[in-house]
Amino acid sequence: MIKQISVFVENKPGRLAAVTEKLYEKGINIRAFTIAEAGDFGIIRMVVDKTEDAYKALKDAGFTVGLSDVIAVEVEDEPGSLYKIAKALGDAEVNIEYVYAFTSEQHKALIIFRVSDVEKAKSVLEGLGVLFKGKIK
Amino acid sequence: MYWNPAIERLSAKELEEIQERRLKALVNTVYDYSPFYRKKFKEAGLHPSDIKSLNDLPKLPFTKKQDLRDTYPFGMFTVPLSQVVRFHASSGTTGKPTVVGYTANDIRNWVESLCRALVSCGVSSDDIMQIAYGYGLFTGGLGFHYAAERLGSTVIPISAGNTARQVELMRDLGTTVIACTPSYMLYLSEYALEMGVDIANDTKLRAGIFGAEPWSEETRRRIEEKTGITAYDVYGTSELSGPLFTECTERNGIHIWADMFLIEIVDPETGEQVGEGEKGELVVTTLTKEALPLIRWRTGDITYMESDKCGCGRTHPRIMRILGRADDMLIVRGVNVFPSQIEHVLLQIPEVGEHYMIILDRREDGLDEMTIQVELSDRVSIDTTSDILNLEKKIAEKLKSVLNVWAKVEVVNPGTLQRFEGKAKRVIDKRKI
Repeated sequence: MIKQISVFVENKPGRLAAVTEKLYEKGINIRAFTIAEAGDFGIIRMVVDKTEDAYKALKDAGFTVGLSDVIAVEVEDEPGSLYKIAKALGDAEVNIEYVYAFTSEQHKALIIFRVSDVEKAKSVLEGLGVLFKGKIK
Repeated sequence: MYWNPAIERLSAKELEEIQERRLKALVNTVYDYSPFYRKKFKEAGLHPSDIKSLNDLPKLPFTKKQDLRDTYPFGMFTVPLSQVVRFHASSGTTGKPTVVGYTANDIRNWVESLCRALVSCGVSSDDIMQIAYGYGLFTGGLGFHYAAERLGSTVIPISAGNTARQVELMRDLGTTVIACTPSYMLYLSEYALEMGVDIANDTKLRAGIFGAEPWSEETRRRIEEKTGITAYDVYGTSELSGPLFTECTERNGIHIWADMFLIEIVDPETGEQVGEGEKGELVVTTLTKEALPLIRWRTGDITYMESDKCGCGRTHPRIMRILGRADDMLIVRGVNVFPSQIEHVLLQIPEVGEHYMIILDRREDGLDEMTIQVELSDRVSIDTTSDILNLEKKIAEKLKSVLNVWAKVEVVNPGTLQRFEGKAKRVIDKRKI
């Protein structure tokens, strides 16, 4: 399980800059990042190298921040990888609420999942041998 | 043409005599039958016998909307409920509405007042009147309905909304007079054009009676240019009964029937009467209301008064166009909204902070749109967009239940709304009135 940070931001020029500026000031590196957009606002979700520092820095700056457990899956960077996982979760009746992916030098393709049933998802993914148990560097 | 020629043309002196007689009777009635007024009089060290003439009027304490709320629902009534034949109600601060009760005479006098007004702007039994104000607890629809029927006009009780039907019936039934909000009239004329109906050439509409929201001479000109009709202003508030007074054909102010209502213009800060022609808050004492008589009722409406004889021959004083509000009341889609009501709702929702902004705009269809911006609390934890959307929906539903009108809710980042030192300016009104 890894920690993901969510930040509420209005859909306005400069808001993303305001968030990332705080992270930059603390020397925090973003490993994975996505924005869910809903009209007047969006939710930034990210996985960073120094989660606690990032959470505190954003909170201190007055942002509304959430911290949640998400599942990361490490897969080969090749066709069919996501399909196998999505199918296994679907067969087990686990709903995927959102998903985003990134690659880096240290990791193979890493996919971040937020699911309806974390425990069930973990056992499905462990069965497939893809559950990421390490630490995001 | 007059509805009640004898009364409408009484001399100023004769009107004053009636007012004095009725005022003296009124203070006795409320003192005897209303614990609320008796307490108020005693606090002011006043006895009904102290009111000897109209000059003593400033001795009487004011009544305000807050008094109606404090005595909800019937605390200010001066008759038993068995004599009340109808209620109307409008929204209140804490979700409790303000309730107005009517005896059979109150309904009759309301009809009398509006019949005089309608005749003064040229409505007659030959007219077909389309009443596009809301029917129900709101006083607009039923108020016009009863008066127009009493006049013998043919009534189309269509109520508000359903614009295609409004246009269709206006054309097919030959509507000659419409009553609705001025913003809705503008929308209706645009909508009609899109349906291929030019109100000026394809219908018999000749006049409109517009109110329930602030409007201007500029809007009057726009309505008249687009539709070829004559636009008249109407005044009334639910506490005074509903729509009661309109402009006469001179269109130089709205006659207030002095035998039924005693008006003053006061400085909203000091409560002192101001001179003729000077701007101030309209204060009304009801001289014939039975169920809910009001003594020196602060309407909150800013206007000025003229009492010279009008070109139409009527002697009753006129108030000019409503220029604004003495308090912070907003009128949204004809519904009265106080920012304090919105604040009250927001304070009960832990996910949002105490700072907020109210933005009013007018949509293309002529309807007002109210947006409430409020800061998300930095104490809540969020994860998905639906967390926010559900919160906005929850707030909008709570607001609707208190205000009786929908508002769009936008949560914004903590610390981003403007802070105010001293008097807060939380309302941005972009509407063109």
